[in-house]
Amino acid sequence: MKKDQTLGEALRLKGISRRGFLKFCAATASMMALPPAMVPAIAEALEKARKPSVIWLSFQECTGCTESLTRSSTSTVEELIFDTISLDYHHTLQAASGTGAEDAREASMKENRGKYVLIVDGSIPISNPGYSTIAGISNEDMLMEAAEGAAAIVAIGSCAAFGGIPQARPNPTGAVSVSDLIKDKPIVNVPGCPPIPVVITGVLTHFLTFGLPELDHLGRPLAFYGNSIHDRCYRRPFYDKGLFAETFDDEGARKGWCLYKLGCKGPTTYNACATTKWNDGTSFPIEAGHPCLGCSEPDFWDAGSFYQALSTPTGDITRNTLYAAGAGVAAGAAIAAVNRKHRSSAEKRHEKVTIDDLEKESKS
Amino acid sequence: MSDLYVTMTRPDSIDIRVGAGPRDTGNVAPLLNEVRHALVQLLDTGKETIIDLRSIPLGPGESERLEETLGEGEIEAVLHSLGRSTIRETAYPGVWLVTHYNEEDEIMGKFVEVTHIPQILKSQNEDINEGLQRLGSTLEQTH
Repeated sequence: MKKDQTLGEALRLKGISRRGFLKFCAATASMMALPPAMVPAIAEALEKARKPSVIWLSFQECTGCTESLTRSSTSTVEELIFDTISLDYHHTLQAASGTGAEDAREASMKENRGKYVLIVDGSIPISNPGYSTIAGISNEDMLMEAAEGAAAIVAIGSCAAFGGIPQARPNPTGAVSVSDLIKDKPIVNVPGCPPIPVVITGVLTHFLTFGLPELDHLGRPLAFYGNSIHDRCYRRPFYDKGLFAETFDDEGARKGWCLYKLGCKGPTTYNACATTKWNDGTSFPIEAGHPCLGCSEPDFWDAGSFYQALSTPTGDITRNTLYAAGAGVAAGAAIAAVNRKHRSSAEKRHEKVTIDDLEKESKS
Repeated sequence: MSDLYVTMTRPDSIDIRVGAGPRDTGNVAPLLNEVRHALVQLLDTGKETIIDLRSIPLGPGESERLEETLGEGEIEAVLHSLGRSTIRETAYPGVWLVTHYNEEDEIMGKFVEVTHIPQILKSQNEDINEGLQRLGSTLEQTH
């Protein structure tokens, strides 16, 4: 696709019929978590969309976010979306290296000043810039320079969005997030460790069609982060009935009951895993029998044990709750009692107290 | 919490049953009711409804159960554009199941459409116009 072509023109030149285009729009609406009634509006916007320049900077990261994106199904739809952006710099994916690569970045920044989308994965070390540099340039300098001419910034992954694992205690590199450093540009946070591939492409498509998506208080697009994992979980009915797996191999685990007591962070985690799922829609961690780790929330690495029930402190009380409670209703009441007693300490440990907890308390 | 691990049995002794147990989200029945309401609306006002099945949490096997319940009707069409798409009328006239696949035959979208005919089955003006021009140039060449 040439730079001045619209997506509609590019598709027609590829010999794709209007029916094919409508199909593409329906799949795109589904991918962007928009209602099917929006398809005509998406068709109109995509028809006119022009190829934006994208510069992707990778800082203190594990390349998991890039892996997530590139390992997503090589579907036609996603391919087409990538046809519609001009990825001018991505040091893992681009063929050029060394001076050639850095020249491409600088040329694109100059040519598309004020118009390009800046994607960042990884956190930025500020206590000692030497921890992470690219071509001898510190991450902070490179980010600040690239951010200046960007139309918008997309922070991909929990590291870029919130600091992530590099920022986990004791944060040896002084890692910070993109939004810690940049205050004067629109920033879309797409957290997750890694984020769901179609959420990454969905956000880019949204930018392409309707501009910046609507964001929540943490800068996350509401279309994908508007519901908690718990709200959309197929095991939710078991939670409501008070049916919990107590260990990973008990009868409850085999029957697919709720993993709340095994430390599931679903109630406090906002992401699209429960509906979009992973590995081309095969399943998601809870469907595979493992509690949600809460990887799309700030400080998830330091928010207590992955295997400890939300809002419950460490020590004997947890064990007592788990083993003393027999029937589901009693379990709920026991958890509520622990909640009341230890809510403040739970809050200090980032284990957020939820509306569900409060509902349970009011019932008990 | 560590004593949880102590009480665990060895992995090879765990009785794994694929698909075992009640994993019902309870979403199939409300979904079918939504379809029923949509049919009433289609008859009364002509308003069409499209439900994106991927936006609704369904447990393992529930999607299949929903499709079984809807059954198969008189028409099944296959569209070949950007991979195949199947457009099938269910056992309930006016209720269509539209599934879009990509070129690797992975599902890209699945919709229940309550309509007289899904939009995507109709010939589109852009395509008709393009075909008209093709026919014109074919006739010019042959005569």
